[in-house]
Amino acid sequence: MVLAVLIAAVVFYVADFLTAAPAAVSAVTQNGTAHLTLQTMASYGHAPDPDWVTYMAQDQNGNWQHTTIYKLPAHTLVTVTLYQFDSATGLRNPFLAQVRGTQGGFAVINGKPVTVLNPDLASHTFSVPDLGVSVPLPGVPSNAKNTCTAGPCSLSMAHTTIQFGFMTPGPGTYRWQCFVPCAVGFYFGNGGPMQTIGWMSGELEVT
Amino acid sequence: MIWAVATAIVVPLVIWVVGPHIPPDHASVQSSDQHTINVVLTSLATPVLLFIWVYFGYAIAVFRRAGEEIVDGPPLEGNARVQLIWLAVTSVLVLGLATYGTVDLLNTNGAGDGSGQGPSPLVKPPSGQKVLQVQVIGQQWLWTFRYPSYGGVETPYLAIPANEYVAFHVTSLDVDHSFWAYELGVKADAIPGNDNVAYVKALKVMSFQIRCAELCGLWHGHMNTIGHVLTQAGFAAWIAKQQLDYRGVTPYLPPYSNVYYPPPSRRA
Repeated sequence: MVLAVLIAAVVFYVADFLTAAPAAVSAVTQNGTAHLTLQTMASYGHAPDPDWVTYMAQDQNGNWQHTTIYKLPAHTLVTVTLYQFDSATGLRNPFLAQVRGTQGGFAVINGKPVTVLNPDLASHTFSVPDLGVSVPLPGVPSNAKNTCTAGPCSLSMAHTTIQFGFMTPGPGTYRWQCFVPCAVGFYFGNGGPMQTIGWMSGELEVT
Repeated sequence: MIWAVATAIVVPLVIWVVGPHIPPDHASVQSSDQHTINVVLTSLATPVLLFIWVYFGYAIAVFRRAGEEIVDGPPLEGNARVQLIWLAVTSVLVLGLATYGTVDLLNTNGAGDGSGQGPSPLVKPPSGQKVLQVQVIGQQWLWTFRYPSYGGVETPYLAIPANEYVAFHVTSLDVDHSFWAYELGVKADAIPGNDNVAYVKALKVMSFQIRCAELCGLWHGHMNTIGHVLTQAGFAAWIAKQQLDYRGVTPYLPPYSNVYYPPPSRRA
């Protein structure tokens, strides 16, 4: 009897571990274009890991959700507006400072088109390797005032604004991730939130 | 007798029917060598496997207990002749294969048969052969490639020319990865601070899979891409396009080096 309960508990734990995933946020589609609004911050500020760096996404009602799984329509232009509230960490591989795979080959950063960012100024990236898309996200100055300490961050706080567009391919699930080793206190900066879906990487569910 | 007949039938089938389908393909000098070795190993293992299966089946059929049996059988006394033959045959097989494998590895045409040889390769391509240097950089979770003889341009794509030796210099920027170009028969660990050199000579224009063969974290299973073997002219055009496409970021890259020690980020 005890053994059966133990086995059931283990099976439940493993099943829960394997199936647990953040809820998905759908892009807002209008006039044949999908729009995704995201933000990044240095620390989520809430349980279970208030100190972890993370992304958040805005749902169709305008509410910020803690998820990195986005539903996008296939063969559609997706425009992304990304509010970046974190300071710079710097890229481990400067190659990723180049904007790739976006519409026009550039991203608009604080109103200016940019094709290559100084690698030292990068705070995060939004990269979809399978689609050849990669956009470096500049950090806010380290001496900036009114910095965000918990998500979701208000646009009245210090931030940079990054906008870009990319075309989705056919239906499928495509992983995306940040390529800046931005996980504080983890080995080589690539543990914790960098290794956990829902924080600094996720999936694009293209349908 | 049963074993001898089975061996005479099955071994030729293994060599000529199954053999052509044993990976890897004949896409490169190195994968061709590996294919031949795999066929030889399988052919030599077949009689041993058949011996076990035939003896097993024979024992089940002939020594099957017919009725009630309550006493142990006679104690086994051993058989010096059988033991000697067994030792001699297995020794010849193992030592012969070790010698065959070592000679093949030291063959300069194979140049290490696609394996990572560390920073000071023991076996290099034949002297006088042109060798294209390509750096393979692993990072969580992406492969990028640098071409030092083309201005050190870095690209997320890999292309090499056919019928030319290529030296892959495999390294990593974070944790251990393993560069595996499956159809080309190349596999070399990507270790931070280590320049792991593997040679290949592709024999035909084709595409090949690139995978990470070292469990390296969350997206390890997605750390793959497709490489291409091009004609000499095709490669020249391709590398020129890479230089053009990535001219903006090339000035920001560190000077080409066999290994990189990216400074610890301010945060991590």
